[in-house]
Amino acid sequence: MYAFTYLRPGSVRGASKALATKENAKLLAGGQTLLPTMKQRLASPDHIVDLSQIDDLKNIEQKGRRIVIGAMATHASVASSALVRDNIPALAALAGGIGDPAVRHRGTIGGSVANNDPAADYPAAVLALGATIHTNKRKIAADEFFAGLFTTALEEDEVITKITFPMPSRAAYQKFRNPASRYALVGVFVAKRGRDIRVTVTGAGSNGVFRWSAAEAALSKRFSVKSLEGLSISASGLNGDIHASPEYRAHLIAVMTARAVAAA
Amino acid sequence: MTKTGIGASVKRKEDQRFITGNGQYTDDVSRPGHVHAYFLRSPHAHAVIRRLDIAAAKGAPGVLGVFTGDDLAADKIGGLICGWMIHSKDGSAMKAGAHPALAQGKVRYVGDHVAVVIAETLAEARDGAEKIIVDYEVLPAVIDTAGAQAAKTQLHDVAPRNTVFEWAIGDKAATEAAFGAAHHVTKIDLVNNRLVPNAMEPRAAIGEYDPGQGAYTLWTTSQNPHVARLVLSAFIGIAPENKLRVIAPDVGGGFGSKIFIYAEETVAVWASKKVGRPVKWVSDRTEAFLSDAHGRDHVTHAELAMDAKGKILGLRVKTIANLGAYLSTFSSSVPTYLYATLLSGQYDIPAIYAEVDAVYTNTAPVDAYRGAGRPEATFVVERIIETAARQMGLDPADLRKRNFVRKFPHQTPVIMMYDAGDYRASLDKAMEIADVKGFGKRKREAARRGRLRGLGYSTYIEACGIAPSQAVGSLGAGVGLWESAEVRVNPTGSVEVLTGSHAHGQGHETTFAQLVSERLGVPMESINIVHGDTDKVQFGMGTYGSRSGAVGMSAIVKALDKVEAKAKKVAAHLLEASEADIDFKDGKFTVKGTDKSVAFADVALNAYVAHKFPTSEIEPGLKEGAFYDPTNFTFPAGCHICEVEIDPETGVTEIANYTAVDDFGVLINPMIVEGQVHGGIAQGIGQALTEGAVYDASGQLLTASYMDYCMPRADNLPSFKLGFTETRCPSNPLGIKGCGEAGAIAAPAAVMNAMTDALGTEAVTMPATPQAVWKVAQSQQKLAAAE
Repeated sequence: MYAFTYLRPGSVRGASKALATKENAKLLAGGQTLLPTMKQRLASPDHIVDLSQIDDLKNIEQKGRRIVIGAMATHASVASSALVRDNIPALAALAGGIGDPAVRHRGTIGGSVANNDPAADYPAAVLALGATIHTNKRKIAADEFFAGLFTTALEEDEVITKITFPMPSRAAYQKFRNPASRYALVGVFVAKRGRDIRVTVTGAGSNGVFRWSAAEAALSKRFSVKSLEGLSISASGLNGDIHASPEYRAHLIAVMTARAVAAA
Repeated sequence: MTKTGIGASVKRKEDQRFITGNGQYTDDVSRPGHVHAYFLRSPHAHAVIRRLDIAAAKGAPGVLGVFTGDDLAADKIGGLICGWMIHSKDGSAMKAGAHPALAQGKVRYVGDHVAVVIAETLAEARDGAEKIIVDYEVLPAVIDTAGAQAAKTQLHDVAPRNTVFEWAIGDKAATEAAFGAAHHVTKIDLVNNRLVPNAMEPRAAIGEYDPGQGAYTLWTTSQNPHVARLVLSAFIGIAPENKLRVIAPDVGGGFGSKIFIYAEETVAVWASKKVGRPVKWVSDRTEAFLSDAHGRDHVTHAELAMDAKGKILGLRVKTIANLGAYLSTFSSSVPTYLYATLLSGQYDIPAIYAEVDAVYTNTAPVDAYRGAGRPEATFVVERIIETAARQMGLDPADLRKRNFVRKFPHQTPVIMMYDAGDYRASLDKAMEIADVKGFGKRKREAARRGRLRGLGYSTYIEACGIAPSQAVGSLGAGVGLWESAEVRVNPTGSVEVLTGSHAHGQGHETTFAQLVSERLGVPMESINIVHGDTDKVQFGMGTYGSRSGAVGMSAIVKALDKVEAKAKKVAAHLLEASEADIDFKDGKFTVKGTDKSVAFADVALNAYVAHKFPTSEIEPGLKEGAFYDPTNFTFPAGCHICEVEIDPETGVTEIANYTAVDDFGVLINPMIVEGQVHGGIAQGIGQALTEGAVYDASGQLLTASYMDYCMPRADNLPSFKLGFTETRCPSNPLGIKGCGEAGAIAAPAAVMNAMTDALGTEAVTMPATPQAVWKVAQSQQKLAAAE
């Protein structure tokens, strides 16, 4: 790790200001990606802006038919929240399946979504549930937010404050883990909210999370595993590595989608 | 059996300090003013160093010294050595390319050592290393094991066709004749995948030079500190043995990877004099992946000749063994005398001929890893016999039974003389525990759930208790493989045992104390096992090859015999009886036919006080030493049965059942033995299903962290079912065979025999990852659809 200046603002405004004015500044949420990267000397920010002392970023609350989760809520707090478990159990289960206990007690939903790792779990839920990302400047719909590998719609000095999830009538997340890292080799989140049916895929796309529109169309006719029979997805545009070729990932997307529909 | 004696499952004495954070590992050692070493490693698999400019690094903040291969050469520090000479079929000596601790003009694998920076802090050393300017002329890399000999690029000038040796064992003509008479020949092609050892504690070293004594001390993560001192002294030339102390304190796992003498500890101890400060180096995990000696990496073609009744007539094997970029300390022995001498398995095979070509590639050096050669041999023998049974329509257990060695001693065609065993007994017991009879029902039930279920055997044998010194000397070993022990009885009757067997997880502090406690009647807490320090233990050969029980404890037995003999002389004077009338039992010396007795502790005190015996006849004190050289290898053997269940839709494999029945001879501590078996099986399952080092074509290690290198975890493993059979080892006093490697030796074949059974094809390679299994399942389904 190289030397850096550590800042710990007490407000979102202060954090945004630091981001805007300090040289080569990075936000530190849970640090589960940033800190290992810095230790390996692959990232060398001059300023670290730690969000951990901004208390109102950690709340989880219900507002009507929506669950609002603060950006600094840890995976463990989402997984164990009665509000989330009662109203969007698939989201609680997803959070409880991220990494290991140590990661879940440090990592945050805001950090995960802002980082947009192509193998992260949360982007699949945010996109499938049609969530809204709130920042210090604006609201961004999930469909507008994820812009490619490690890329989002966030501007330089923009800070995620909370994420609002509408409650689905049915939802499930099925993850096929990379045998080594246990990240999602393929993760499929299926959600039904009224007539809106979404199937999102993480871990597989070379541009990060995406919606599988053919599966959504098939399930719109009837939300059943049977509707997916014979449906497959092209391997082109999918990731390939030593653990899974694009073809294997394409196959797993179909398998995990069917399993998610069955579980939803 | 006493509560703490031989055969008792005594809780491990050492665990209290390990699990409460009170262990003393090399990185826990702090020396006054110690500084830190950071190695600049090659980012290229194969390159000529055109320019190496260290000027800016030398001037960097906190930097005390920057050294290169030229500095080592100027101090006449020699290269790293390989201590086992192998001769090729044509009689020529193996081609050992120079292996400098810091590169001299060329780098040969990613992670090879280019330079070292010594600085006040590790961060400053790393900063300094970033200021070193290296101009590399990148050369094509040789990566593929099977293709290394045909590659256009040559790693070492001394080794044409990148060939270290072309070695053979067995009777070629007799084997050809056996194949000529065969009714059926089974052929198989196998890859034994390259593994990374992954000890929990990474390698580390701290070297210190004492200018007052003109002597060095090296703390290092070693399985054999005396051998490390011998090599560092006599071959590398750091200092004479009397001016070099090597301490291997608590060591957190080795699996073979800490037998070897590496560049880092060599440089750390040498540099401590150069910079006038103790120098510490601790590997990080990525460095461990890149630079610890890897294991396995064989490509093999094997053929088995059978008669019409399923009797084995002959076996011929051709193996190419990848030894990496340089010859590590014992690398040459692994694919030769530790491998091909076990190709007879548990079977009476009249003729065997095996050829082994060892090759250089631009990859990390390969050397002994848990089992070392014997897992590779077992994999060949057990995969081919299972395949033969399937091809001939015979039951694989029956085919094994027909061919088991039944009479002992048994001379195999490949050097080994099996001394004792009952292979049928372990197979029968394993089949019973595994409920092989019920397998068909379980398979049908699994099929109803859409799962493929398979069962596989591995009736393995290994040669342990390494090894008779003269025998290994005649085969090319540079050292003898005896062990030493010294038993020091203190005046108050407590006991210190000094042993050359190093402990790095095996539990010697408990098992060795159990032996002493039983023999002398001294409580466990009054016995200390001392090891790992060349200033305390005079000499020893270390721990590997499941040798600490069979060889190390035998040395202790010899020393205890001497202690008892002397104590009897002292007791005879105390009891005013003839020495011949003295019995020793349960810690008491008694006079036959009387109730006169004296306790061991009183005898010890009297031995030191020396008031009551003539010191002209009996020397004062109670301390004896012994060297024990085994007369044969030991031959642990057994039967492992694995049952897998595969989800063909995803390729995910679950180990549904795993049964191991082992014959390790006499067990000292069954609980510790079970732990050894568990760990070994976990590593074997890891090799079969999850682990594999992958280099890309340019020589980058793609599996250089746990993100990509898949260690087996608890959820990959079932609850193992263990059983034991016992035939005493006739060649050592305790009847011990050794247990440290059996699991890793037996498991890969058992798992892969189950996998191939489930999938209905032999074309499944290790590691059988979900992706690999899915591909096989897909092609099997296509085949089935076409039929």
